[in-house]
Amino acid sequence: MAQYILRRLLIAIPSLLGISVILFTVLALAPGDPFEELATNPAIPPDVRAALRASLGIDDPVHIRYFRWLTAMLQGNWGFSFVSRVDVDQLILQRLPATLLVIGTSQILALAIALPVGVFAATRPYSVFDQVANTLAFIGFSLPTFFTGLLMILLFSVTLGWLPFVYRTDIDATGWRWWWEHLRQTIMPVLVLGLFQGASWTRFVRSAVLDVIRLDHVTTARSKGLPESRVTMRHVVRNALIPVVTLVALQMPAVFGGAIVTEQIFRIPGIGSLLISAILANDTPVIMAVTFVFACLVIFFNLLADVLYGWLDPRISYS
Amino acid sequence: MTPLLDIKGLKVHFQTDDGMVRAVDGVDIAINRGETVSIVGESGCGKTVTAMTVLKLIAMPPGRIVAGQVLFEGHDLVPLPAEDMRAIRSKQIAIVFQEPMTSLNPVYTVGEQIAETIRQHEGMSKRAAMTRAAEMLALVQIPNAHKRVSDYPHQFSGGMRQRVMIAMALSCNPKLLIADEPTTALDVTIQAQILELLNEMKQRLGMAVLLITHAMGVVAETAQRVIVMYAGKVVEEATVEALFATPRHPYTQGLIRSIPRIDLAATQHVRLEAIPGSVPSLLNPPVGCRFAARCRYVMPECRTAEPLLVEKAPGHKAACIL
Ligand SMILES: Nc1ncnc2c1ncn2[C@@H]1O[C@H](COP(=O)(O)OP(=O)(O)OP(=O)(O)O)[C@@H](O)[C@H]1O
Ligand code: SF4
Ligand SMILES: [Mg+2]
Repeated sequence: MAQYILRRLLIAIPSLLGISVILFTVLALAPGDPFEELATNPAIPPDVRAALRASLGIDDPVHIRYFRWLTAMLQGNWGFSFVSRVDVDQLILQRLPATLLVIGTSQILALAIALPVGVFAATRPYSVFDQVANTLAFIGFSLPTFFTGLLMILLFSVTLGWLPFVYRTDIDATGWRWWWEHLRQTIMPVLVLGLFQGASWTRFVRSAVLDVIRLDHVTTARSKGLPESRVTMRHVVRNALIPVVTLVALQMPAVFGGAIVTEQIFRIPGIGSLLISAILANDTPVIMAVTFVFACLVIFFNLLADVLYGWLDPRISYS
Repeated sequence: MTPLLDIKGLKVHFQTDDGMVRAVDGVDIAINRGETVSIVGESGCGKTVTAMTVLKLIAMPPGRIVAGQVLFEGHDLVPLPAEDMRAIRSKQIAIVFQEPMTSLNPVYTVGEQIAETIRQHEGMSKRAAMTRAAEMLALVQIPNAHKRVSDYPHQFSGGMRQRVMIAMALSCNPKLLIADEPTTALDVTIQAQILELLNEMKQRLGMAVLLITHAMGVVAETAQRVIVMYAGKVVEEATVEALFATPRHPYTQGLIRSIPRIDLAATQHVRLEAIPGSVPSLLNPPVGCRFAARCRYVMPECRTAEPLLVEKAPGHKAACIL
């Protein structure tokens, strides 16, 4: 097992290198210059500007710049943001908690909805509950998050004034009050992401459970005289978890991607909004670092999916 | 003496999009303690539905027990609440299915699965149940049983998995074992071994066996009494000897003629006689004798009234006007 993970990690290295080469080249070819702003600033004399450019090596050929970036990266130096003039790793660490909080809670919410609803619906196919759950899941899955997000802001912030619509990291309160304010501003983004993801997973859980429920071994379990609850939990849900867990792990990178949109709508100062503003400002080191983090997430969750799959299904062996 | 299991006038129908499928349409079967009874019949004649109804394992809906009784030790199982039914399953009546490859749960070890049955009915500790599971595996002659209890189903061959299923079914000492075509999915050589195992288990444990099969050869080797089913009905019932010596129903005669005779086939070119035609639709069964369309003795009267199952000789019943 450990050997398998090690092998997979070694295989991941060339893919990460490839991704970084492509990203770097694309960014180098893209129009725009991080120093546009400085160039139009009359307060900075041209010779200072030229010296600055030379010191950062901006005008060197692409491959030279790439290898400089790579060696720095390997030494743990993530670079320096042109725009905010802060170390990139500092910047990412600053932004990560908000993203993780929103994504983490929304995914927990999604699973807390999808698992019980999906299982309950599948064990009573075509019942009223199943049909209502199916319809709601279909609606939730069809509505894009930017739409539901705006709708919620309109309703709860603008019309009713119950919840704040801008996410703040600098809440000037202490104790319970701080928690309360924090909760209030997290509700809407968590609901938007959680309900969307929950809807799509409910459909998946339902169909995974339906696939298992008609298998022969479930009849065997019943013929043993087990109570229906035990048949459902141990012989249906346990088996249906194999595809569900794998899919959830595989979808995680996409969830991070989707969170970018939500962060923009609710102005959450997370890693997604960092990426967007970096792209708009041609802040190459930040773009490289953030996309690199995303690439690592993809590889990590793919590996996690494989490991979980093997752990849940004894028929898979990694030797 | 009341029979161990007494199925009386059982009718099980399925509601489908095309209409009502009369899968079992008035079936009477009695099994005494320690007796081996075999049900034979072509595919789709309602054997599995009958067996599953005894344990109430058919899906309801679409299935429904329309009429009849399933008396086990004199008590009707049909109106029994789910909870009481669970106490019967495996403890009193156990079942082995046709498909050993899919009948076990792939994510648990065979030991866990056998122990689960034991714990459900005997209230044993996990350790004790596992020990008992290993003993059961040894009983069904799985080599290295105490090691193999912690193997998963995919680590066993088809024949070995069927042994595991039999071990699981017998783990709570049931009074009746239903085996629904337990050898159909297996290689010929393995089939014989499994039948032999069933015979041996029966001798050691003394339970009654209801053996479902579509192979007449299997019947001759294992059963004492035979019930022939056709299109949801019992058409003949007799002891094995009587059935093979003087089959009364033309359908039974056809089945016996279609037994492959290895001894004859080797010496002279005897053609295997299959019964021409196929089983009628159970959606709208024909009026009169259901076998009429395929019967070589068919007469006009056969198509007007349904022939009843009547005693033609002592202990030998058939549903044919002949
Ligand atoms: N769930 C169901 N819904 C509708 N029809 C069903 C259902 N289960 C069984 N039937 C029908 O009942 C009839 C009898 O089926 P059954 O499985 O009892 O046959 P069988 O004698 O066991 O055949 P085989 O030798 O193939 O196992 C078939 O026509 C089948 O289509
Ligand atoms: S009743 Fe008639 S059709 Fe039916 S089996 Fe007997 S002879 Fe044949
Ligand atoms: Mg069958």
